[in-house]
Amino acid sequence: MIDTLRLTAGDAKAMLERGEVSAEELHAAYAAREDDVHAYLRRLDYAGAEGIPIALKDVIGTEGVETTAGSRILKGYVPVYDSTVASRVKDAGLSLLGKTNTDEFAMGSSTENSAFGPSLNPWDTTRVPGGSGGGSAAAVSAGLAPWALGSDTGGSIKQPAALCGIVGLRPTYGTVSRYGIVAFASSLDQVGPTAKTVRDTALLYSLIAGHDPCDSTTVEVPPVELPSAEDLQGVRVGVPKELNEAEGIEPGVTDAARRAIDLCSELGAEVEECSLPRSVEYGLACYYLIAPAEASSNLARYDGVRYGFRAETGDDDLTELYERTRDEGFGDEPKRRIMLGTYALSAGYYEAFYGQAQKVRTLIIREHAELFERFDVLVSPTSPTVAFELGARTANPLAMYLSDLLTIPSCMAGLPGLSIPCGLSDGLPVGLQLVGAQLSENTLFRVGHALERAIGFDTVPERLR
Amino acid sequence: MAITREQVVHVAHLARLALTEEELERLLGQLDAILDAVSKVSELDLSDVPPTSHPLDLVNVLADDVPRPSLPREAALANAPQAEDGAFRVPPT
Repeated sequence: MIDTLRLTAGDAKAMLERGEVSAEELHAAYAAREDDVHAYLRRLDYAGAEGIPIALKDVIGTEGVETTAGSRILKGYVPVYDSTVASRVKDAGLSLLGKTNTDEFAMGSSTENSAFGPSLNPWDTTRVPGGSGGGSAAAVSAGLAPWALGSDTGGSIKQPAALCGIVGLRPTYGTVSRYGIVAFASSLDQVGPTAKTVRDTALLYSLIAGHDPCDSTTVEVPPVELPSAEDLQGVRVGVPKELNEAEGIEPGVTDAARRAIDLCSELGAEVEECSLPRSVEYGLACYYLIAPAEASSNLARYDGVRYGFRAETGDDDLTELYERTRDEGFGDEPKRRIMLGTYALSAGYYEAFYGQAQKVRTLIIREHAELFERFDVLVSPTSPTVAFELGARTANPLAMYLSDLLTIPSCMAGLPGLSIPCGLSDGLPVGLQLVGAQLSENTLFRVGHALERAIGFDTVPERLR
Repeated sequence: MAITREQVVHVAHLARLALTEEELERLLGQLDAILDAVSKVSELDLSDVPPTSHPLDLVNVLADDVPRPSLPREAALANAPQAEDGAFRVPPT
């Protein structure tokens, strides 16, 4: 009997290599578990792969398998080619368990913007799993997949990992190919892994990272080192005041993060307070100009002509076809962001909004670069709050946007960030965010692994134990 | 108000969105609140700061100019809502 709630990807791989289980049996064990948290948009039958299984967020293009990005406008869209990450995990022998739920076009922090209904938090099914990659996080947390891939623009891997009590990595911008991924904001989008342990996360990252001739923004990536050290000797940990004391951080979240920071000292790290004065204060405003501006351009391709949904209109007006297709096909959040982005880029407003936000972005990059002259890693909570109730923030877009207050600054700077579970607050998981310099994933894995060992967090939701 | 009803109508046209009256009203209020919040970026004097368009140190990435097979026509048309004679079919402009 395979306990999919507890089995790590590393353990599953070892069992497979020892011949204790077949790839088909492993796939079947996950597929047999009921998806009572709506993690998946569609589940797939075993198709002959020889490795362990994986789930993919539904923004990741998969040849022959419907890929909707959580949107009605892509319902029925079946890609005719694989994204680079899909082909890399297939080449590594991984077996596709299914496509996981996401906020529409990865725009959201709760999966409630999915056109196909929200996913639920496995710790408390009256609460959200975070977003946009809530489906992937819920799948791993609820024993429906050993690991999964997501995509992260302003926090869509790290924040759901935090809210579901698992590990998530947003890699350095440029380390993982976006070829074949449904684009949201191209100067920010990054694909990354989510799993139950830091080692699993590092292993999955090693399978997908690296230069891809099909994505000119990709770079050469240093070899991935699977972490094993259990101390933090010689590691310089910075604690940015603004990320740890921001208004809106719940006391229980602060307490759990504080305990983890104390553990860093006990494990031998040098811990010192530091400051990101403008990154946090202006980060959210900067993000909500740049990301919608880029989204308004990327989403221009959905016009009812080449793929996806087309509205029923007369046969005499192309503009009407575009306008009706887009109004009926997009949900509220993409429309809001398209409108916001189009406005920020329009004549007369470009410099004041988009142009100014691009300059703020430079400040955010500089502030982080200065800190990485003194520190190896910056720590803070990942999310200001634990998982919130379904519906709590849907009526107020600005309240939803604040969910990403602490993850956005490092995303704007193109930096890698790892979220690991660091404790509970009111019975719900709290995530600790570790941010490193560009291409310092191995450092994040080392620090994350040592902390994970010392914290001893049980990733299985209490109600499922 | 950071944005007027006329501006919302104009932007919806630029974005090719046929918003309903109800959507227009709702978006007007929401965009006003969001624009008010993001206008915070204008507090800073950044006249000496260069803009960042992407966070990598890459410039002029060029691929070798070598022909390679592209998607077959049938594959490119496979997801089209309407295709005819090897082309996408749309109404006249």
